[in-house]
Amino acid sequence: MTAPAVTEGVAKPTFSGAPWRERAEEALIPPLVALLVALICGDLLILSYGQSPAAVYRLLLEGTWGNAYGFGQVLYKATTLAFTGLAVSFGLRAGLFNIGAESQLAAGGFAAALTGLALPVGTPLILALPLCMIAAGMAGGVVGSVPAYLKTRFGAHEVIVTIMLNFIVLALLNWFIAGHLHVPETLHTPEIHAGVVPRLSDISARFHGSAANLALVVAVVVAGAVWFYLFRARGGYDLRAVGLQPAAAEYGGISVGRVWLRALTLSGMIAGMGGINYVLGYKHYYEDGFASGAGFMGIAVALVGRNHPIGVLLAAFFFATLSQGGLAIHAFVPKQMMDVLQGVVILAVAVSVPEVRRILRGARRKSDV
Amino acid sequence: MTGRPAPTGTAAPRATSGVPAIRMVGIEKSFGAIMANLGASLEVMPGEIHALVGENGAGKSTLMRILGGLMKPDAGRVEVNGRDVTGWSTNDAIAAGIGIVHQHFMLVPTLSVAENLVLGCEPKTRGVVLDYNRAAEDVRKLSADTGLVIAPERLISDLSVGEAQRVEILKVLFRGAKILVLDEPTAVLSPPEVRELWTVLRRLRDNGDTIVLITHRLDEVVELSDTITVMRAGQTVARIKTSETTPAEIARLMVGREVSLSAGKRVQPIARPTDVRADQGLEVRDLCITGSHGVRVIDGISFSAKPGEILGIAGVEGNGQTELVEALAGLRTVSSGHILIDGAEITRKSVAVRHDAGLSHIPEDRQRRGLIMEYSVADNLILGLQKDFAKRGVIESDRVMENAVEEISAFDIRPANPVLAVRALSGGNQQKVVVAREIGREFSVLLASQPTRGVDVGAIEFIHKQLLEARAKGKAILLVSAELNEVLALSDRIAVMYRGKFAVVMPAAEASEEVLGEYMIGTKKGNAA
Repeated sequence: MTAPAVTEGVAKPTFSGAPWRERAEEALIPPLVALLVALICGDLLILSYGQSPAAVYRLLLEGTWGNAYGFGQVLYKATTLAFTGLAVSFGLRAGLFNIGAESQLAAGGFAAALTGLALPVGTPLILALPLCMIAAGMAGGVVGSVPAYLKTRFGAHEVIVTIMLNFIVLALLNWFIAGHLHVPETLHTPEIHAGVVPRLSDISARFHGSAANLALVVAVVVAGAVWFYLFRARGGYDLRAVGLQPAAAEYGGISVGRVWLRALTLSGMIAGMGGINYVLGYKHYYEDGFASGAGFMGIAVALVGRNHPIGVLLAAFFFATLSQGGLAIHAFVPKQMMDVLQGVVILAVAVSVPEVRRILRGARRKSDV
Repeated sequence: MTGRPAPTGTAAPRATSGVPAIRMVGIEKSFGAIMANLGASLEVMPGEIHALVGENGAGKSTLMRILGGLMKPDAGRVEVNGRDVTGWSTNDAIAAGIGIVHQHFMLVPTLSVAENLVLGCEPKTRGVVLDYNRAAEDVRKLSADTGLVIAPERLISDLSVGEAQRVEILKVLFRGAKILVLDEPTAVLSPPEVRELWTVLRRLRDNGDTIVLITHRLDEVVELSDTITVMRAGQTVARIKTSETTPAEIARLMVGREVSLSAGKRVQPIARPTDVRADQGLEVRDLCITGSHGVRVIDGISFSAKPGEILGIAGVEGNGQTELVEALAGLRTVSSGHILIDGAEITRKSVAVRHDAGLSHIPEDRQRRGLIMEYSVADNLILGLQKDFAKRGVIESDRVMENAVEEISAFDIRPANPVLAVRALSGGNQQKVVVAREIGREFSVLLASQPTRGVDVGAIEFIHKQLLEARAKGKAILLVSAELNEVLALSDRIAVMYRGKFAVVMPAAEASEEVLGEYMIGTKKGNAA
């Protein structure tokens, strides 16, 4: 790009706009390349089963985006993944790997259920929902703050601590449910008294039977809040600085330890709030093991979404589609094929991000000369 | 296995042969845009102690990594004992008898000396069990041969730094090294340990081994080496016999300039502002800092920099300048002593508190410390000032942008685009961003550490002008620079750092490169005022 001449006085310089285009290119092209790679791998897999890729993909689309029920299921699955993906990406922005979204999500769901049980029947949603959400967020935040504290105080690595905490927290919850709170013959709590989030099918009958609910809106609002915090708030400036260059952040007067503490606690809160999707929106009780896998999937969602809230929402939608699509095509190819494709996408993104960036920058440098 | 297996490869009979043990010609190696080696060469004869000297970043380590097979050169030729080995692997290098003793120890702390030495080539009973006695015996024999005495059964974690280094040297000898490369071996040693090391190295040489010593301490070079190769900015600039040179000449070759600065180019003392209180500026009393390995890196330094004064700190790099500046800036813990800004004690205060107390800091490593490379120019211009540009926790982007536009035009940062990532700027312009931020804000004391390192001539002039303007406005400035002529041209007073202390503090008018050079290399010790 050409350097604009130094402006006289304090006139606003004319921005070439190039940085935005550059950033958009670097954000969008790698996932698209990864998707292409995954599609090709999918073709080969389907062919190896003796099926027609075109027919299977058509089926996949029909079963997911093609009808209201399938689409609703995609949205439902995407909602939980959006929460855990946002949680993991928030930690990564501070340079921290939160592997604990799994147990934070479960703890959040449990706390939401307890709150819903504790509230009297007939508590209006406008009051019950915030209370349940706060409880869910607090529970996730508490779980998230433990590794943060251990890291800042003793230098314990957050990956180890969050993984171990998954076992501890999930076992504790299992003990609570199995030992104290379950409805006989089941592993879930009684139904909550208040805080039921309306389903999409309550609004439009076309979504009948799907679990999609308005927790989806909460996920989008949280994504907006995360975006605002990261890119507009002073806290986000500090957080991203710590994640990019801790030494420079320290030089800039930012307390690295305090940022870590804040980042992992908030990350846990976001994951915890994800618990409302299942508990308040779908089943209306906490069931042992409801979160199974969604926390770990959040890592993939954050990776593919490039740690950007909008990217995370899109990635959550994409992974939810694959997951739901697996059910739609099960008659022709095993649904596990979708797991393979997820793996391919993750690998392809991991490889294509640095590669594509290198190629893009190389091409730009050439065009500059 | 005997203590020292004969080196495989084509080891020529040494000392009698005219074939160099190491011959490197026209070596080039770049990392991205940075040229680490740019026509470097090295010729080491068998059985000599050869010193490889140069400032940090001169390319010494890269050259040795190429020799050791850790990197392949982009161009050039490497010969060992007359054999072309360009681009060989580490295994080839070890097999040919090259042993590199790294600056940072690579020992397993929970294992004994003997176990560390035999690691990877353990003597075994019936092919399975480690024959511990034999390992210990091998080590004892090698110790006796070389004079590197150490009990084989001691744990590494119980050893002192000097002893651990002895083990490192034993380790490469055990692997059959005949050509030893020691990277800054004395950086962590106390003076008696250094003397011991010298004895060992001389003995190894007399046994016929070849030694390459990487260092930037000239007294060591003169004391120990037979031949010297001087590197500067990736190039080999001289190869001299130690007996035919002087420390001053080596220093000149290292720094690369023989410019004698005319008195007229020096700064003139300025009239001090009259309303200055006695305690204004920066004051440091009895400062001590303990580095890693428990070595005192700063050993009882006291000084002050008054408003309207530039105190220059000269010295060969690695004598504690980095640690001093980091301690003043709040990035390193102080063992004892006091730091005051405008009379306020800030010794144990956070970076942010020091900032508010009026401390500004141009750090020596802008790409690691001074800038967040992925952030835009505008965002980098508020690093450390976030709270002044935020209202109720939200960054006021309009003001950030206004500030950026002002600073960009005042400091001529190019390209003049505040939303561009700092990564995309040239080194000189990146440094201008740092200088703009640190000088453009309210402050009373400025720490300027290597303010013109790696920037082009135009930017150097500009930054010097900025420093002098700040001085004229009554700021107290501490200038730390490896560039002697920079210190000479800008300072009112000059201190020379040598091994964690001020060797001397003198008015700039009395200083010259020759005078400072002798203090820098430790041949002259003065009265640090």
